[in-house]
Amino acid sequence: MTPILATAHLKGPHVDFAGLSPLIALLGGAVLALMVGLIRSRFVRSQVVPALSLAALAAAAGLSIWQWNEHKSIVSGALRIDDLSLVLNLILVTGAALAVLLAWRSLAAREAAHGEFHALLLSSVAGMSLLAAAQNTVALFVGIELLSIPLYVLCASELRREHSLESGLKYLIVGAVGSATLLYGLAMIYGATGATDFAAIANALSRGSLASDPLTLTGVALCVVGLGFKASVAPFHQWTPDVYEGAPTPVTAFMAVATKVAAFGVFLRFFDVALISVQDDWGPALAVLATITIVVGNVGALGQSSLKRMLAYSSVAQAGYMLAGVVVATQLGVRATVFYLAVYVFMNMAAFAVVVARERETTFGDSLQGLRGLGRERPLLAWPMTISMLALAGIPATAGFTGKFYLIDAAVSGGYTWLGVVIVIGSMISLGYYLPVIAAIWMRSAPAGEAGASSRGALETPGGGEGLPALAGGSPELDEGALAARPAANGPQPEVLLVGLVAGAAAIFFGIVPQPLFELVHHAGSALTGLF
Amino acid sequence: MPPLSIILWLPLGSALVGAAVSLLGRRAGVVEVAEIPPGETSASGAWPIRLSASGGFALLGTLAALGLAIAYIADYSPGSHGLTHVTDVVWIAELGIHYKLGIDGLNVFLVGLTTLLFAAAVLAANLREWDRPPLFYFNFMLAESAVLGALLAQDLALFVAFFDLMLIPFYFLVGVWGNEPGRVRATIKLVIYTLVGSLLMLAAAVATGVLAAQHGGHITFVLSSLQHLPLSRGSQEWIFLFFAAAFLVKMPAFPLHGWMPDGYKAMPIEVLMVFSGVLSKVGAYGFLRIVLPLYPQAAAHFQTLMLVIALASIVYGSVVAFTQTDARLIAGYSSIAQLGFITLGIFSLNPQGAQGALLQMVNHGLVVAPLLFIVALLAQRSGGSEDVREMGGIAFRAPVLATIFLIVALATLAMPGSSNFVGEFLILLGVFKAKLVIAIIAFSGVVLASVYALRLFIRSMHNRVGPRVQSREISVRDGLVLVPIVSVILFMALYPQLALRRSERSVKAAVATAHTDATRHVESLASVPPEQTVGVKELR
Repeated sequence: MTPILATAHLKGPHVDFAGLSPLIALLGGAVLALMVGLIRSRFVRSQVVPALSLAALAAAAGLSIWQWNEHKSIVSGALRIDDLSLVLNLILVTGAALAVLLAWRSLAAREAAHGEFHALLLSSVAGMSLLAAAQNTVALFVGIELLSIPLYVLCASELRREHSLESGLKYLIVGAVGSATLLYGLAMIYGATGATDFAAIANALSRGSLASDPLTLTGVALCVVGLGFKASVAPFHQWTPDVYEGAPTPVTAFMAVATKVAAFGVFLRFFDVALISVQDDWGPALAVLATITIVVGNVGALGQSSLKRMLAYSSVAQAGYMLAGVVVATQLGVRATVFYLAVYVFMNMAAFAVVVARERETTFGDSLQGLRGLGRERPLLAWPMTISMLALAGIPATAGFTGKFYLIDAAVSGGYTWLGVVIVIGSMISLGYYLPVIAAIWMRSAPAGEAGASSRGALETPGGGEGLPALAGGSPELDEGALAARPAANGPQPEVLLVGLVAGAAAIFFGIVPQPLFELVHHAGSALTGLF
Repeated sequence: MPPLSIILWLPLGSALVGAAVSLLGRRAGVVEVAEIPPGETSASGAWPIRLSASGGFALLGTLAALGLAIAYIADYSPGSHGLTHVTDVVWIAELGIHYKLGIDGLNVFLVGLTTLLFAAAVLAANLREWDRPPLFYFNFMLAESAVLGALLAQDLALFVAFFDLMLIPFYFLVGVWGNEPGRVRATIKLVIYTLVGSLLMLAAAVATGVLAAQHGGHITFVLSSLQHLPLSRGSQEWIFLFFAAAFLVKMPAFPLHGWMPDGYKAMPIEVLMVFSGVLSKVGAYGFLRIVLPLYPQAAAHFQTLMLVIALASIVYGSVVAFTQTDARLIAGYSSIAQLGFITLGIFSLNPQGAQGALLQMVNHGLVVAPLLFIVALLAQRSGGSEDVREMGGIAFRAPVLATIFLIVALATLAMPGSSNFVGEFLILLGVFKAKLVIAIIAFSGVVLASVYALRLFIRSMHNRVGPRVQSREISVRDGLVLVPIVSVILFMALYPQLALRRSERSVKAAVATAHTDATRHVESLASVPPEQTVGVKELR
């Protein structure tokens, strides 16, 4: 007996490198991107670095698949590798890869120096991946910070544009408040239960009279608020439209998609595992928050002329829908939430790809005007946007319909029929802003001479132009004076088109053949064994 | 017989092939769209119809679907029990959603109607030049596939999916190719109105599946299984209201028809033909297929409410129809009245009424589509105006057109001898048994129908010649659109038993539970409080 103990003692803590491998790939990729970004050659910086970060993401995805069915706790129980975290990893990595493609030729990556931009992006993904696997409050907080801090910088990465800086600063301040609130809440829960481990917290809460302890309840409430900031759940969403609008569009796309995945990953882990025994306390509260979020997001999006602001409010609304899956705290709810997260990535990426393309082609920035006449002139951009809007609105034959169906199913089975009705009412309101986008694309003609001329100009100028493009930041008061400004002289953008088409096709494909995604999600749901 | 999936996806497939051919042709440099100034095309009565690649394929697809539909009607024997030609595949296992299609007496004639009207409308569309024809025909055919899907679906979730999907192509058809002014506004209004109803239905449908599964057992949305898992009365009632909202908006019925005037004005006439002829019927069909079998107690509970809505639609639609001067809106408001009759028949909750309603669905589709097409022909002859005050005297040099119009008009007003007469007679018979007072008031609708139908006919065809009217005979190409439908109207007038006998069993089955519930409801009101009877039923 003794010799074994002695050798075990000598070996030091066991590090499961296999379990950590996706994280290592991401962080290693970040370091590598940073190093390669120092090479002077412009080709290396602008082409090799993004390719490297794609490779790192692909490696992380591959390693996650390699770890499939492993079900183990690593880093002395701080992280859990199970199907839920792996599925979330895959979703995250997909979203991030699409965002890298969108950022390939972006001004943001050029201005922030390519190495730094991609290193920050990868470390943020690593933070999200950590969050999706977190098993104790410390890992949770580290994950949140690792996710957020690179994002603050990324938002401000268009150094010479005021809106971008404003967006970064705003996000930093609001994000810091959110993190602080969350930390306070976690501390209180630790104070009440004496544990940082999710399982131990769940144990402590289920045993004593802690469930009705004011300290616990305050802690839970503060955690809801803190995570609400991150997932942009109303009424903690106010930063979302401003930050989304101001940030460089590829970064917005990344934030909208990946942050949401990570935040809901943690919602599922924290509420449906650690706090499961006080579900009676937070369930109704979260249900009310979900309702507020759905209403506020959908009403806020009405009448927005900036597409990024509209998508920001729409993402608030979608967060509300997904919250319904958390509220019910059932396996079905987990599955529905993860399913919706997956399709949400595709639906949004298709829309953001089109916004990116139009920002570079026209002088309208992200204004709705820039989409006018798109159906006639650029059908390959028009279709992804149309599909995306229809899917977000939840029209049948798109993945959005199946996702919403699943969420409503989960809500009704969980005894929250009224929340299902609220989701439906939210979808109705959402038609009021998704349909005008489609109307602009197909039913309005292009503004006289403008879009056609600039896209032709774009085709004639090969290679990336050096000048600062006239990105108006999508301010609604974009006046005719902007016409004088030079349009962004970018070449054709096959990678942006690719993102749009792939994401759009996926949004249709998973609407008609949802079975593969259902099977993936089924595993994810079974990972949380404590639920029905 | 080929499986139902073929008739369902044939239209969409043909449109996709057509679009591919036309895109490839354009890439290869073949100019397929002949340059004809708009407006002149229908004026010249030249025989050869110039088909664009996409239009030609769409026409082929619809004709093939029509052929299949006729074969299904011929194949369906009056003695058939339940569903025939069933296709049943699991679509989404986790949610218990099946891709289940089937034909019975309820939908076989509506499928026929749908394919007939779509074939006529696509033919009519081929007489005109469209901007971006591949996109136009893609949407048109997607609409046909979706409508057929809604009619054939035997799974609640599948029905809801097709029902919602149905509207999207119309959003594009009206928004892109619609009539100015107010094209885009009308479209958004139309879509929001109808999708609001449909989304409520989505919530109700999910709730039906989930609540039915709570009795134990796996969740399912297959209609035949759901029928054996009755819901509690409270759930039935709110679910009923959600479904009713969706269907009544689609029809449209009186207080929910706000989208109708703008929508009708904005739609291209070819699109309006199928929208008015077919889509409204899917709403009424939904009551028979879904609501009465699945929520019989609620149907009995809300019977009076629904009958009053139907009655209001009849009176309001008829009265407004004869005050309108826009010929399209006369057709539109008359549809409200006609669908009021159909609702009346369904919610008489007895077999005669429901059978009359089913017959009347087919009849109304058969008369409203040619009526609208005739309105377009009249407009061509009166200087482009669809206002009846600008028309008049058009019959002068157009006896054939006048004859066809007269047949359609007389069928609209349910002239004895027409199939519409049989339908309305059965409906009123059914309502007489259920609610005497309502039946008596509903009779006024029959009278009013003759007023607005004859007024439209007289003011356009006879009367003083309008200021810019140039009467001319119907061209062969336009005749190709109208004559098949009119001959079906005449055939149905001679032999309505074709539809009645084949639909009898299915209708009886659909109404049976609600019928007994309605009678029990009346009895229980007299003797025992209703809760008590329900309690007893659930205990069993």
